[in-house]
Amino acid sequence: MVPIEIRDVTLVYDTPGGKVPGVKDVNFNIDASEFVCILGPSGCGKSTLLNIIAGFLAPAAGEILIGGKAVTGHGMDRGVVFQDFAQLFPWRTALGNVAFGLEMKGVPKQERETIAREQLRLVKLEKFVASYPHHLSGGMQQRVAIARALAYNPSVLLMDEPFAALDALTRDDMQRLLADVWRETRKTVIYVTHNVAEAVYLADRVVVMTPHPGTVKMVIPIKLTRPRDPLSVEFLDYQKELLAHLGHGTAETQEHKKANGKAPTTGG
Amino acid sequence: MAVQDSASAVGVAGATGPSAGARWRTITLNTYPFVVVGAIWEVVAHSGMFPRKLFPTLEDIARSFIDLTVSGILPHHAIDTLLRLLAGFGLAAIVGLIIGVSMGRSRRAEDIFLPLVSILAPIPGLAYTPLFLLWFGPGEVSAVLLVAFVSMFAVIYNTWTGVKSVKEIWLRSAQAMGADDRRMFSHVILPGALPYILTGLRLGLAQAWRILVAVEMLAAVPWGLGWLIFGAREFLNTDAMMAGVVVIALIGLGLEKYVFQKIEDYTVVRWGMIGAMAP
Repeated sequence: MVPIEIRDVTLVYDTPGGKVPGVKDVNFNIDASEFVCILGPSGCGKSTLLNIIAGFLAPAAGEILIGGKAVTGHGMDRGVVFQDFAQLFPWRTALGNVAFGLEMKGVPKQERETIAREQLRLVKLEKFVASYPHHLSGGMQQRVAIARALAYNPSVLLMDEPFAALDALTRDDMQRLLADVWRETRKTVIYVTHNVAEAVYLADRVVVMTPHPGTVKMVIPIKLTRPRDPLSVEFLDYQKELLAHLGHGTAETQEHKKANGKAPTTGG
Repeated sequence: MAVQDSASAVGVAGATGPSAGARWRTITLNTYPFVVVGAIWEVVAHSGMFPRKLFPTLEDIARSFIDLTVSGILPHHAIDTLLRLLAGFGLAAIVGLIIGVSMGRSRRAEDIFLPLVSILAPIPGLAYTPLFLLWFGPGEVSAVLLVAFVSMFAVIYNTWTGVKSVKEIWLRSAQAMGADDRRMFSHVILPGALPYILTGLRLGLAQAWRILVAVEMLAAVPWGLGWLIFGAREFLNTDAMMAGVVVIALIGLGLEKYVFQKIEDYTVVRWGMIGAMAP
């Protein structure tokens, strides 16, 4: 797997109300096979940053290097999982969805279906290979989305609050499952979230972002052995620490929202 | 979904088998309009309000229907009408899909076609009929072109809307997975727009059907159901006229139930992109 370097990345949104900074001078590195969570309140630019890394948005300044190569657009070295359950193609079965990237790559039908089955087994959906997305629960759909993003074997997995729309119990299951998948695949993962416990549970390091403009406030390594116990004292200490860093930013966000109505808070 | 739900609800209730209640409901819903219309028709026909020649009983219509079918006259009319319908509507579907898709995909095509569609579509199809007859003369060409022209707008409009309403997140996902423009279109945009496209085709077919029967009366084509109805009026053959109307209703119903609903059940309904239609 490959390391990622984020160098002086800045992006400004042009809105009818004038220029709004999305992210400003963001700098950090991610090691190969590292799991990094980007944590911050709504509107802090964390999703914007992920979209830049995914290649959906071009930064106004700075650059992203993946395995030493500059990002110029989207590419199959990265797999992306979004928050929205609707990301799956409703006209394709779970297997068809997972095989999509391989199909685009030109992998023969037999082979891509074998790989897709294997990926669905990895997310424990081997029984739902032939199901259409609308027959699957939200958690299952997100698991298909993860399998789909992994199927064409990208070196980096980008995840934009994939479990934020799930109920709390399902979310816990999903987090455990994702930790297992990551342990097996050793992808470099960038995971955007506003959920502090989720960040502590999943991440090797947590990048804390604050809004207006979106900047990195600090990077905190989580030095807990895996699998992690969310009820342990150390786990809670990390949560407290992160919350302390976030406290200020959150208040500011709400103030800003009130002042500007619906500001362009692309950061989910 | 609705069908399954009501079926399982009946199953829980107990006594009847799981699907028997739902099946009865379907049969009742499908037959009751025929029963009601037929009953009213019979009452009026037997009441003597109109001369029997002008308001034949269902028995007379049925006899006429059978005679005309056995003699091969009615099938000949029906087949000619169907061929015209398929030619006209087929043309409309192809041209409408091409224009609709290009409008949905390209800003320039949208700027060119949308104003044209907006002014031409609201004009009733029949109003175009004299023009087409003058330009292309009475006969097949006028009939087919008119059917195509009039039924094209529903296809264009709905295809355009469908392509525009393909979810951004599908495009993004497909992009991230390496879809090029061609496969983005065939693998994502077309299936994503399919619910709208099918609606457009269905509405277009209804338009085509309506204008065709009318234009057959005016375009002096030698065979066709519209012509049968119009010609029968001249000779006060009301029963033959009604036989023609029955065939029109049957064909329309058949296309809807056995073509469009089947296509929908197999695609967008199966995919959960729209709910199942009532039976």
